[in-house]
Amino acid sequence: MSLRIKILPLALAAGLLSVSAPTLAQSAKPIKIGVVTFMSGAAAGPFGVPARQAAEVVAEQLNAGKVPAPYNTVGFGGAPLELVYLDESGSTSKQVTEFRNLVQQANVDMVIGYTSSGNCLAIAPVAEEMQTLTVLFDCGTPRIFEDASYKYVFRPVAHATMDNVAAARYVLERKPDLVTYAGINQNYAWGQDAWNDFEGTLKQLKPDVKLTTSQMPKLGAGQYNAEISSLMAANPDVLHSSFWGGDLEGFIVQAQARGLLTRSLTVLTAGETATHRPNNQIPDGTVIGARGPHGAFAPDSALNTWLRESYRVKFDADPSYPSYKMAQSILGVKAAYEKAQQANGGKAPSTDQIISAFEYLKFDSPSGEVEMALGKGHQAIQGTAIGAVKKVDGKITYVDVRRFEASEVNPPEGVKSIDWINNGLKH
Amino acid sequence: MSLLPAALIDGVMYAAWLFLVAVGLTLIYGVMKILNMAHGSLYTIGAYTAITLVTQWLAGGSEPLFSYVLLIVAAVITGVVLGIIIEYGLLRHFYREEPVVLLLMTYAVFLILEDAVKLIWGVEPYVAYEPYGLLGNFTIGTLSYPNYSFVIVGAAILSGVALALFLKFTRYGKLLRAVIHDQEVSKAININVQRYFLYTFIVGAMLAALGGALTAPTISVAPGMGVDVIVLAFAVVVIGGLGSLPGAALGALIVGLVRSFAVHYWPEVELFSIYAVMAIVLAVRPKGLFAAAEPRKI
Amino acid sequence: MNTTFNPQRTGMVAAAYTVVALAVGYAFPQWQFLLAVALSKGLVALGLVLLLRSGLASFGQGLYYCAGAYSVGMAMTYLEWNNLVVLLVGATLLAAVLGGILGFLLARYRDIFFAMLTLALSMILYGLLMRYPVLGGSDGFNVYAPVIFGEKLSRPALFAVTVILTGVTVWAIQRYLQSRAGRLGPAIKDNEVRVEYLGASARRNIHLNYILAAGLAGFGGGLSSFSIGHIDPDMAFWTTSGEFVFIAILGGTRNAYAPLLGAIVLELIRSLAYQYAPNTWQVVMGASMLALIVFLPGGLISLTQRALEKRRARQHAQEAGL
Repeated sequence: MSLRIKILPLALAAGLLSVSAPTLAQSAKPIKIGVVTFMSGAAAGPFGVPARQAAEVVAEQLNAGKVPAPYNTVGFGGAPLELVYLDESGSTSKQVTEFRNLVQQANVDMVIGYTSSGNCLAIAPVAEEMQTLTVLFDCGTPRIFEDASYKYVFRPVAHATMDNVAAARYVLERKPDLVTYAGINQNYAWGQDAWNDFEGTLKQLKPDVKLTTSQMPKLGAGQYNAEISSLMAANPDVLHSSFWGGDLEGFIVQAQARGLLTRSLTVLTAGETATHRPNNQIPDGTVIGARGPHGAFAPDSALNTWLRESYRVKFDADPSYPSYKMAQSILGVKAAYEKAQQANGGKAPSTDQIISAFEYLKFDSPSGEVEMALGKGHQAIQGTAIGAVKKVDGKITYVDVRRFEASEVNPPEGVKSIDWINNGLKH
Repeated sequence: MSLLPAALIDGVMYAAWLFLVAVGLTLIYGVMKILNMAHGSLYTIGAYTAITLVTQWLAGGSEPLFSYVLLIVAAVITGVVLGIIIEYGLLRHFYREEPVVLLLMTYAVFLILEDAVKLIWGVEPYVAYEPYGLLGNFTIGTLSYPNYSFVIVGAAILSGVALALFLKFTRYGKLLRAVIHDQEVSKAININVQRYFLYTFIVGAMLAALGGALTAPTISVAPGMGVDVIVLAFAVVVIGGLGSLPGAALGALIVGLVRSFAVHYWPEVELFSIYAVMAIVLAVRPKGLFAAAEPRKI
Repeated sequence: MNTTFNPQRTGMVAAAYTVVALAVGYAFPQWQFLLAVALSKGLVALGLVLLLRSGLASFGQGLYYCAGAYSVGMAMTYLEWNNLVVLLVGATLLAAVLGGILGFLLARYRDIFFAMLTLALSMILYGLLMRYPVLGGSDGFNVYAPVIFGEKLSRPALFAVTVILTGVTVWAIQRYLQSRAGRLGPAIKDNEVRVEYLGASARRNIHLNYILAAGLAGFGGGLSSFSIGHIDPDMAFWTTSGEFVFIAILGGTRNAYAPLLGAIVLELIRSLAYQYAPNTWQVVMGASMLALIVFLPGGLISLTQRALEKRRARQHAQEAGL
C-alpha cells in the first residue's frame, strides 16, 4: 500500500477525534484568569501580597473542590482555574499596555484585579474595547459606574463612600455631642474623596460641627511631625484618616509617641491592614474600618471559617481585608458563571451569558451577602462593620462593633455618591 | 498665637532633617562637580541597613540603647561599601566626560539600586520603632515632642559643624578646599586628587546613609522611599548654591520653615511649596544663594 | 558631495520610514498599540535630542508632555471637542507657548542648573494637577477616540495617523537639523563663547530649540493620549522625564530618526522584561544605560551609521579599483 493510503485512515481517525475532543475537553478546559495586583512598591505589603495570596489559596481550594456550599464544584462549573499574575505597579499607561498584553498575548478569559482607582478608571474603557470580562476587586472610587456605564466591567465589592459614611455615622453615635473635627489624609484622589465623604456626611447629620484643620500631606511623605503638631494644637474631638500602608504605620508611630491618637477619637477608615502588622502601636480606643465586613468583622459562617483556615494553613497569617475582597470577587464570578452555565443547559457559558447572570446577582461570600445593586447591576453593595480596638494579651480585638445595613451607607441606584451625601443621605 | 512656636519648632526639625539629607549631596558636588542622582538610593539603603541591624540586635534581647550606635554603624557601612563600588568601580573612569554624562550615569545607578533594594530586602515594609520611643518625650505647653527628634537636630548640627571645622582648620581640609577651588592646579602641586575624590564620595554617601538610618526608626521603611528624597535634596542644595555648605544649611532652613508654615497656616499649598521656592530663588539668583563666583573659561 | 544634505533624499527616507512602519503595523496588528505609543514618546525624545545636541539635558520634558496630553483630555471632557486636528494643534501650540514663556527663564542656565530647574518646573505642574480635582486630581481623565472628517478613528486608523504624523514631523525636524539654526546646536555645545564671537546668539538658539522641544513634547503627549486612552499627573513626574532622557540616549543624537529607534527598542524591552522579570526591570534599564554610555555613546543609531559607513567605504574602494 502506498504511504498516502496508509495515512488516509489515520487522518480520518484524527479528524473524528478532534471533532469529538472538544466536548470531552470542554469540561476540563481550564479558565485562564489574569490577576492584577501590586507585587512591588509601597502598596504591595498592605494590599498586593494579601490579595495575591488569597487568589492563590482560593483558586487552589476551588480546583480541589474543597470550598463549602454553594461553591463546592471544581473551579468554575467544573473547569479548573489557571491564574496568571501581573504587577499593578508603575504608571497607568503601563497598566493599560499590560492589560492589552494580558488579553492579546496571554489570552486570558477574564481579568480580576486593580487596587488603584486611577488604574480602574483607565482600564474600564479598555476592557470594554477588548470585550474582556474585567472584575475590579479593590479600588475605592465611586466614579467608575457613576460617571459611565460598562458592559464588561464589574465590581463585586462596595466602594469607598461606604467606609467614610459609616465612619461619620459611627463617631456621631459614639460622641453625639462632638463639636470639632479634623483630618489627615493623603493628598490624592483617594484621600481627597475620603475626606470629602466623611466631612460631607458629618455636616449633613450634625450641621453645627466645626472643622479645625484638614491636613493633606503628599502620598508617601512618611514624616508627619509638622502635621501632628498642627493636629495637637487643634485638639479636635474627632480625627479622621484614610491613610494606608507605610504612611499609616509611620503616622501611628509618630502620633502615638506624642499622644495624639488618644487625645481625640481617631478613626482610621482603612486601618485594618495595619492591625495585622506585628508589634503595631495602635492604641486602645482607635476606631478601625476594614472597608467592609471583612477580616475580624466578617460574620460567622462556613465560608468565613473556610477562608481563614485555608489561608492560615498556607501562609501562617490571617487574611486581611484585601484577601477577603479578592475571595469575594472570585466567588462572585463563580456564582455568575455557574448560574449562566445552568441556564445554558450545563455547557460552558459565553462571556455574554456570564455578564447577564452577573447583573443584579445576589451571592454569598465569606463577608456575608453581596448584592450587585448599583451601576445597572455591575456595582455591588453590602453592609459594613466598624469597631474600636482593644488589645487583649497583645492581640487586637474589637469592641463596640456597629454593623450598618447596606442602605445606610451606600447611595441608591442612579444617584452619585457625592449628590447622595449632599442631599442628606436619603433613599 | 500658639501656632507660631509650633511652626518654628517643626520648621527647625524638618530643616535639620533636610540638612542631613542634603549636605552629602552638596559636598560631593562641591568637590567632584558631580550631581549624584543616586543620593536617594544611598539614603534608602542606609535606612534598610539600619533597620536590619537594629532588628537583629533587639531580637537578641540586648541593650536597647546600643541601637543608636548601630544606626551610625549602618550608615558607615553603607557609605563605605557603596561609596567604593560607585566611585572607585564606576565613576572614576569617566571623569573626563561632560558633567551631563556623569549625571546620567548616577541616574542609571539610582535605577539599579532601586531594584537592588527590592531584590535584597523584598517588597514588604520594615519597622523598628524601639529607638524612637526610648528616649521619652519633651513637653512645651500643650505640645509634646519625642526627644528622638532632637537627636536628628543634634546630628545635623554636629555634622555641619564638624565638616566646617574640618575644612577650615585641618590640613586635609585645606587641601580639600584647594581641590574644590581648582582641580588641575591641585594635581599640578601633587595633591592626590583621585584619593580625595574617593574619600569625599564615601563621606557624602555616609552622610546620606546617616540621614536614612536616623529616620528609619520613625517611619515604615519601604521600597521607593528614596525617590521623593532626591527631589527634596536637590531643591535644598540648588537653593543654597551647589557646593556650598552654609548654603545647604540656609537652604534647608528656608525650605523647612516654608513647609512648616504652610502646614500650619495654609495646608493647601504644602504640596508644591518647595518647588515654588526653588523656582523663585533660582529666578532671582541663578546659581543659588551662596554660589561662588565662577570665572568663565574660554 | 555630502549626500545627507540632499533635501530629496531626506524626503525619501521619511517616506520610506512611513511606509515600512505602516507595513509592519498592518502585518502585526497586535503590535500597533505598542508602536503608536513608542512613536509618540519618540517625538518627545526628539525634542530632547534637539536640546542634547546643544549640550543641555532637560529632566523636565514631562511638563510639556503632560500639558499637551491634558489640553487634549480637558478639552474632551469639559469642552467636548473631539476633532483630531483641533486637539493636536491645540496641544502643540499650548506646549510651545508655555515653552516660549519658560524659555525666557531657562535659556540663561546650563548644565546641572538647567536640568534641575526643568525638573522643578515639571514637579510644580505635578503638584498642581494632584491637588485640584477640577484638573482631574490623581485619577486624571479618560481620553476617547478623536474624530476626523466626521468619522471616529478606529484603532488601526489611529495607528496609521500616528505613523504618518510622526513621519512628517521627523522629516521636518531632519530638515531643521540641516539648516543653519539646527547646525548651531553642536557648535554651542562645543564652545558657546566662540559661537557668539562668530555673530550668532547662543541664547536665542537655545530658546528656539527649547520651544521646539516643548512643542514636540506637547504634540507627542496629545498623540499618545489618544492611543493610551488615559492621562494622569504621573506624566509630569520627574521619572517620566527620566524615561525620555533614557530614550534619547538609547537612540542617539545623530539625526531625527534616532529617538524613534530608541523609543521602539525601549518599549519592546520593557514589555518583555515586565512579563518575565517585573522586579528587575529597573536594573535592566539602569544597566543598559550604563552599557550604552560606556560602549555605544552614540546610541543605537550609531550602529546604522557604522554599517552605512562601512558600505560607503567599500563602494569607494570598489570605485577606486582596489
